[in-house]
Amino acid sequence: MKKLLLATAVLAMTAGLAAAQDKVVRLGTEGAYPPFNFIDDKGEVAGFEREFGDEICKRAALTCEWTTNEWDSIIPNLQSGNYDVIIAGMSITDEREEVIDFTQNYYPPAASAYVAASADADLKGNVSAQVSTIQAAYVAESGATLVEYPTPDETIAAVRNGEVQAVFADKDYLRPFVDESAGALMFVGEDISIGGGVGLGLRSSDTELKDKLNAAITAMKEDGSLNVLIEKYFGAEGLKF
Amino acid sequence: MLAACADPKGIEGLTWLTCYLTSGKHLDFYWSFGTVLLLLLVTAPSALLMGFGGAMAARSQIAPLRWIGKGYTAMVRGVPDIVYFLFFVIALDQGIEYVKNLMVCPAGSAWPWQGLEFRVCQEAKVPLASASQFAYQAYGFFLAVITFAIVFGAFVANVIYGAMQAVPRAQLETGEAYGMSHRQVFRRILVPQMWVYALPGLSNLWMILIKATPLLFLLGVKDIVYYARELGGTKTQAYDFPHADWRLYYFLGLLVFYLLMTRGSEILLGRVAAKLSKGQATAAGEAMRKAAI
Repeated sequence: MKKLLLATAVLAMTAGLAAAQDKVVRLGTEGAYPPFNFIDDKGEVAGFEREFGDEICKRAALTCEWTTNEWDSIIPNLQSGNYDVIIAGMSITDEREEVIDFTQNYYPPAASAYVAASADADLKGNVSAQVSTIQAAYVAESGATLVEYPTPDETIAAVRNGEVQAVFADKDYLRPFVDESAGALMFVGEDISIGGGVGLGLRSSDTELKDKLNAAITAMKEDGSLNVLIEKYFGAEGLKF
Repeated sequence: MLAACADPKGIEGLTWLTCYLTSGKHLDFYWSFGTVLLLLLVTAPSALLMGFGGAMAARSQIAPLRWIGKGYTAMVRGVPDIVYFLFFVIALDQGIEYVKNLMVCPAGSAWPWQGLEFRVCQEAKVPLASASQFAYQAYGFFLAVITFAIVFGAFVANVIYGAMQAVPRAQLETGEAYGMSHRQVFRRILVPQMWVYALPGLSNLWMILIKATPLLFLLGVKDIVYYARELGGTKTQAYDFPHADWRLYYFLGLLVFYLLMTRGSEILLGRVAAKLSKGQATAAGEAMRKAAI
């Protein structure tokens, strides 16, 4: 009886609280994948997905909070309820669809590319990729020796150190590094298109949230504001809808 | 931020460096040193307490209590730390939310563990989704302290258990001969004398604890190693302060920090050991007695 009373009291209190505030949607990102998402010099989440995420939250009338999580455990922590949406440049793939749900893509299926320190690099030798990415899966199947790193930054550092012959990653991520390397790094081989574009990841049970976000993304695609954002962060080479 | 830093790409040299080192992210980095020190300050006594309790349980006359004490040390010591840090924290977090779920969620809520997902109602989230970023960090820190205390407590328990066994039986018998009860012997003779035997093991554990703080990052608390890696990585023009791969310098800084911490601890622990050895019937105590003559 005592327990029941306590439970009712707590329930009444929190119910009042819950009514007073909107439901907060927590966005989980990696914060290490420019220009998609990164932690800027103020220590805040920035990049294409920051601006895009804030915009869809506004359109869907949601209160959103940003949080960062290691890439490696980003899906388990979504399922465990630490945040509600993954917004981390995550490509839509069949393997991931089995464990979580995706919205429609907000970045088109983009090219992945190899970057190496010399033009004659052996793409069947040691190739680095970030752990649990579509690129890592591709390298593993390509016959090359896959060397995995937890952060994208380390995959490029490995090329510079000579630990691997090449790095395989999203071309949009690699381009600034190649451009600013003063010729030390270069694209090698052909671009390869894998994945079904970048989408927001959600728990399979969150269908209501998924509908809201999908509607907001559709609206942004239709009025062209998504293309403007892509142009801003990815330049003229960024793929548009 | 300083006024001169308003346009980071237009400045050079020393001004650039000053601005760079005082950016918001660097200030977070400096604060994270405080986080690590605070963790050490809170964890060390809690682990000592856990360990003391564990050792007492392991020596208990009551069989179930003894099993708990022995089981605890055997379990935790036998499982790799990293497994504990990954599994235990998620289990603890879900456990807390499950209990809260029983209290605050509407009756008839679904069972929280649904396949791969763990689902409780909004009100049962810890902390609540609307809580500030600080609340999340504090909660992560709290989980970290509990996990560290449990893991290191097991090692401490073993050290203290061994130290209690090492106190010469003759000392305890003398107490008994004076008519002291079991409890009085424990409190007045065993505990004060065991520290000198426990200290080498405990100081070892303290050193390991200092070096284990990077595990904080596994728990989602951003510690100095996380920031060193994040700040040191190559920064393209997307950032205000682009630079090449500077991880080496950041990690060198950490090396100095950790060496200072461990060296300082060594000096301090050496003093404590000298103090505890005084008048003890150990080799160190005997050497001190002879030197004094």
